[in-house]
Amino acid sequence: MKKIISGNEAIALSFGDSGGVFASGYPGTPSTETLEEVARLGVVYCEWAPNEKVALESAIGASIAGGRTLATMKHVGVNVAADALLTLNHTGVNAGLILMVADDPGMHSSQNEQDSRNYAKFAKIPMLDPANSQESYDFVRDGFEISEQFDTPVMLRTTTRISHAKGVVIQKEKIAQKIGPWVKDVPKYVMLPNYGKIKHVEIEARLLKLQEFAETTPLNRIEMGDKALGIITSGVAYQHVKEAYPNASILKLGLVHPLPERKIRAFAGMVERLMIVEELDAIFEEQIRAMGIRVDIGKDKIPLCGEVNADIIRAAAGDPPGAVTAPIAALPQRPPIFCPGCAHRGLFTILSKLKVFVSGDIGCYTLGALPPMSAMHSTICMGASISAAHGMAKVNEIAGRKEKPVAVIGDSTFFHSGMTGLLSLAYNKGNALVIIMDNRTTGMTGGQENPGSGLDLQGQMSQQVDIVALVKVLGIENVAELNAYNLEETEAAIKKGLETPGPYVLVDKNPCILRYRIRNPVFSVDLEKCTGCRACLKAACVSLGLKPAVDGKRQKVQIDPNICDGCGVCGQLCKFDAIAVAR
Amino acid sequence: MDIFNIVITGVGGQGVLLASKVLAESALASGMDVKQNEVHGMAQRGGSVISFVRIGTEVFSPVVIPGTADILISFEPLEALRYVHYLKPGGMLVYNKVTINPSTVATGSAVYPADVEEQIEHACPGARGIDALAIAKEAGNAKAVNMVMVGAVMKKLPINADVVEGVVRTVSKEKGIDVNLRALNGGAVA
Repeated sequence: MKKIISGNEAIALSFGDSGGVFASGYPGTPSTETLEEVARLGVVYCEWAPNEKVALESAIGASIAGGRTLATMKHVGVNVAADALLTLNHTGVNAGLILMVADDPGMHSSQNEQDSRNYAKFAKIPMLDPANSQESYDFVRDGFEISEQFDTPVMLRTTTRISHAKGVVIQKEKIAQKIGPWVKDVPKYVMLPNYGKIKHVEIEARLLKLQEFAETTPLNRIEMGDKALGIITSGVAYQHVKEAYPNASILKLGLVHPLPERKIRAFAGMVERLMIVEELDAIFEEQIRAMGIRVDIGKDKIPLCGEVNADIIRAAAGDPPGAVTAPIAALPQRPPIFCPGCAHRGLFTILSKLKVFVSGDIGCYTLGALPPMSAMHSTICMGASISAAHGMAKVNEIAGRKEKPVAVIGDSTFFHSGMTGLLSLAYNKGNALVIIMDNRTTGMTGGQENPGSGLDLQGQMSQQVDIVALVKVLGIENVAELNAYNLEETEAAIKKGLETPGPYVLVDKNPCILRYRIRNPVFSVDLEKCTGCRACLKAACVSLGLKPAVDGKRQKVQIDPNICDGCGVCGQLCKFDAIAVAR
Repeated sequence: MDIFNIVITGVGGQGVLLASKVLAESALASGMDVKQNEVHGMAQRGGSVISFVRIGTEVFSPVVIPGTADILISFEPLEALRYVHYLKPGGMLVYNKVTINPSTVATGSAVYPADVEEQIEHACPGARGIDALAIAKEAGNAKAVNMVMVGAVMKKLPINADVVEGVVRTVSKEKGIDVNLRALNGGAVA
């Protein structure tokens, strides 16, 4: 039966159809829906891990125990899991293991646009790069076969336009789960130096065998067309190439590491001009040039940054674009902002007012860095808020500065890698105020369960961690609760945290209004009392707006009842009692 | 057939993604190849959203390039103006006239263009604006704006309207079917 599904859904479907036994991952756009779909399909056991390293390590264990396994994460998640990955390449697998990594060229929802193909090269393991939903489905099955045949983990790399693009998929015949033996094999799974040395030699030998495989596998196919232009490409870039030059000759790589040198050389010899179209880094181009093959068009013409499209490819080949239209200039921008009703609004209204240095983290609350709040001053990676604040405080102490930094982190990010930073803050006698916004969900990625929500990936009851108790046991003595909807209380609590020497933790337990569908009575503006002072606009809420001016007087504020969620933050900012619950 | 390009724009939370799904499923049910793509992640947080649906005998890229869209459906006037350059010459624009302030306007740092409808007409003569919110409320649910907007273009698609209705039935929750069908048909006659 034909279905129209996304790349992520196709990977999940194929995992169930290809004898999968265990899946683990951590949410991260654009990878998140893969594991959610495995759970929805209900065929294979799956779980959210607290971070990507735990997910991959659990997947390794599942493979050692004999089950085909899948780990899912976004590109930056592989950085967290890299410690496991760079030894997993030595041990190899028992049952097949696929690490699905979703890259984000164009940074639609990420802090960087690192190219995960570098990891395949780095770890010397095979990587598959599907070009649509059907290939996403097919490559899971191929990936398991390669993994088991060559005793290696396999990386399955998608990009945003593969993970989130929907296309037609035809399902294959289902392969039944079969679980292999759980065998003790010290030289294979214990990477002491003497065993590691043997394994390194094996890695190099395996790579040569994979190169031979790459030459003959149908995963890498030549589509001969017009010989004037030959294009080597992979992934979604292949689709853009087909748009730009439907009749060109194409070498489409499905297995993007290691590369098939003889096939590339033969292809290059058949075409007049050789072009390489790859998003982000010049991974193919550098290797192909190192083979001594002439490349006529490559990264000199195709940007290293962002996504490619048919127009960019045509321009690189010296042809005019298909259509020339320009956007209308000078329109008001519409950046994302805290949802109406979100508890983060109250917190950042106060942090902005107090003008403290906020060491931020990854989550919805990162939006606190944008105007008009502008109340986040560093955001590096998952968990960095607390550890970076600790470093700042130490230098401040040495410099004799009085200011205490504030770290802001969400519940899921705290479990991911904030806990270790807090342990360091306590252990190393640090001096930072840490605010944990525990909204009981992994919000930015769409509301996934986590150890604080009390539910597992299937939505079943599970062990719920008590953040306050956890903070105390890590060695923090000063812990208090916070209600960010109450501005006065919030300001007082933050001031106390800043004035008290040493580590201080505030925990806000207001749940995510989006995830838990919380609707409060809406507010409205009493136009008799509103002076048009705009103090309420500091709440940065899209339900607020200015009414057209009447008789040249100051514009007054109005609240859109279709959008307001009744949090009341704007009302607390009003000095004239003009904002109240609508009657 | 040539590729038929649809671009759908709006504000996070308005249901652009479900409207895209209805159009894509309808194309598939009509025996055509289809690719649908949008960028989500931060989409629910009030940001600008753009989604593509491409229909044809064989569709390659999931992305619509500016200047090539046959139809632009916009759930909000400012978002119509922001993406009007995606239309090909002679392409059709249908938009919801109900405005939603961007955060830049809500904080007073930018002004919502008062002449947004005139600007749309200037950029795309013959553009059709409808009050999708009123039609959705009339149908029984303010959130059915997305179905109203699909209904508004239904007869201009290379897809039979009956197929679209059938897909709306299957993607709707049991108790929402009647409301969604009323919204769809309300949009069709608007």
